Amino acid sequence: MTALVVALSFIAVLALVLILGDLVLKGASSIDWAFFTRSPVPAGQTGGGVANAIVGTGIVVGLAALIGVPIGVGAGMYLAEYGSGKLGFIVRFIADVLNGTPSIVIGIVAWTFIVRPTHRFSALAGSVALAILMIPMLARTTEEMVRLVPHSLREAALALGYPRWRTSLKVVARTALTGIVTGCLVGIARVAGETAPLLFTALGNLNFSFSVTQPMQTLSLQIYVYATGPFEEWHRLAWASALVLMGLVLMISLTARWVTRQRYGSGS
Amino acid sequence: MTDFGEGTGSFPRAMTSLPIEGSSRRQSLLGADRSDRIYRRILTGFALALPLLFLMILAVLFVSALPALRRFGPSFLWTSTWDPVAELYGAAPMIVGTLLSSFLAILIAVPLALGVAIFLTEFAPRWLRQPVAFLVELLAAIPSVVYGLWGVFVLIPFLRTAVVPPLKAVLGWTPFLQGVFYGNSLLAGGVILAIMIVPYIAAVSREVLLAVPGSQREAALAMGATRWEAVRSAVLPYGRAGLIGAIILGLGRALGETMAVTMLIGNRHDIGISLLQPAYTMAAAIANEFSEATTNMYHSALFEVGLVLFVVTVVVNAIARILIWRVARGAAIGSRAL
Repeated sequence: MTALVVALSFIAVLALVLILGDLVLKGASSIDWAFFTRSPVPAGQTGGGVANAIVGTGIVVGLAALIGVPIGVGAGMYLAEYGSGKLGFIVRFIADVLNGTPSIVIGIVAWTFIVRPTHRFSALAGSVALAILMIPMLARTTEEMVRLVPHSLREAALALGYPRWRTSLKVVARTALTGIVTGCLVGIARVAGETAPLLFTALGNLNFSFSVTQPMQTLSLQIYVYATGPFEEWHRLAWASALVLMGLVLMISLTARWVTRQRYGSGS
Repeated sequence: MTDFGEGTGSFPRAMTSLPIEGSSRRQSLLGADRSDRIYRRILTGFALALPLLFLMILAVLFVSALPALRRFGPSFLWTSTWDPVAELYGAAPMIVGTLLSSFLAILIAVPLALGVAIFLTEFAPRWLRQPVAFLVELLAAIPSVVYGLWGVFVLIPFLRTAVVPPLKAVLGWTPFLQGVFYGNSLLAGGVILAIMIVPYIAAVSREVLLAVPGSQREAALAMGATRWEAVRSAVLPYGRAGLIGAIILGLGRALGETMAVTMLIGNRHDIGISLLQPAYTMAAAIANEFSEATTNMYHSALFEVGLVLFVVTVVVNAIARILIWRVARGAAIGSRAL
């Protein structure tokens, strides 16, 4: 039976190795300077890059973090500091349930709120959708990180006459800061790869755009369009874009993991 | 996790109500009391954002779906005409497709994920546990659209050349393997979903198994059980509710997964049980058709699909959470972004 569980684990790890291997094999050869610095060329021509999609991903995800991080972290602080009552239970439960909500549903909700009244697809609508995805995740990771702060630290601050809010902000939150920041990074990495909520909000854009009230391209949308399109050239760019997106996501997650390990040791 | 017990507020209550003499001291404490209240109110406001968000999502979906709800009633769920020209909508094919593809995914993913979890908690040498857990969790970090890309250009050709021919040779007579395999199909969608949900089920199952007290294992081993017998007779039964919760959590993910499935399942409005034929899912229908929906009724029908999907995933996730909490109370198992 030991052999069985070893074999099953091996298959799971093999899947990861195969996917990452294919990304590198099929994507790496297309990545050069032009790929990062140029916008896409019209369909059928060769060459071009995804500079607009890389910049777009940065803007859409950055704006999403700006909206989502304060709310998510604030809710997480509530759960850790005051979350023992009925409201805490409800918020915790809803956060867990929202964590599993299909992102496409969040997409059409954001469409209803922003795209329909303004009659325009926009990067902002995409950011709002991603922020909604981020909030429940950040609330739970923040709570977990804040709860790791030793009780004695709190008691020491309170005993020195610190009011509770200062204890919470200056001692507890500060001690947990590294954990909270890495939690935010992991959350950002996860929404950076999202496509479904952006289909009807950020929409995609073949040109450079810096305006958040206009449609904007992201790497994930670009991969979807290129992968499902008919041209060989597009498929090549799709693999390269996927490699870049994967690299981005991995880099953020690995940094986060490394920082957490430095701080909290390698316990489970 | 925390070692000061769940359910207790993090601040000891007695701390703030210490009897302190002297009016100036009391003054400052009263001042602190007010700012404490403000601080608490601000945090409560942030926390309230979550229930509010939940209600807003539900309200938006319901209101937007109202025209379709009124027009088609409950028969929306079991009729299978989807005709935007005649303005007739029934979601049966995509509901069946969602259930079949998720079921197939669970069938493939559960043995893999439980194998990983049991290996990591019971059998793996210590030095191997962290790296393997990490690699499996990395699967969860791969964006859905990248899975879709890989599925289209690697998985489907692989299925076509290496999996479908032998499957047909052995089980070709069953109704599940009828028709010609063109690529985009229930099989392709189910397999990619399986790979995608393995890390979720494995991570949660692993934490559930870790929460099983060591005394359970030791008791079984002391009775002369082998390690495998200890797992089967003591560890798995103890964590059963949590493991079922983990599987249901994976099911919730599979039901709502959009991009990879949209790219692989074939997107055909038809009910069929052959794994080789194209099918449709609710999430894929929204992704494909929402931007082409030109009439109000078309939009409304798609919102109703979204409403059904939302309600189903909420119920599934709620059940999963309750089961997991029964084993590991209050812990944020699995809700951490992997």
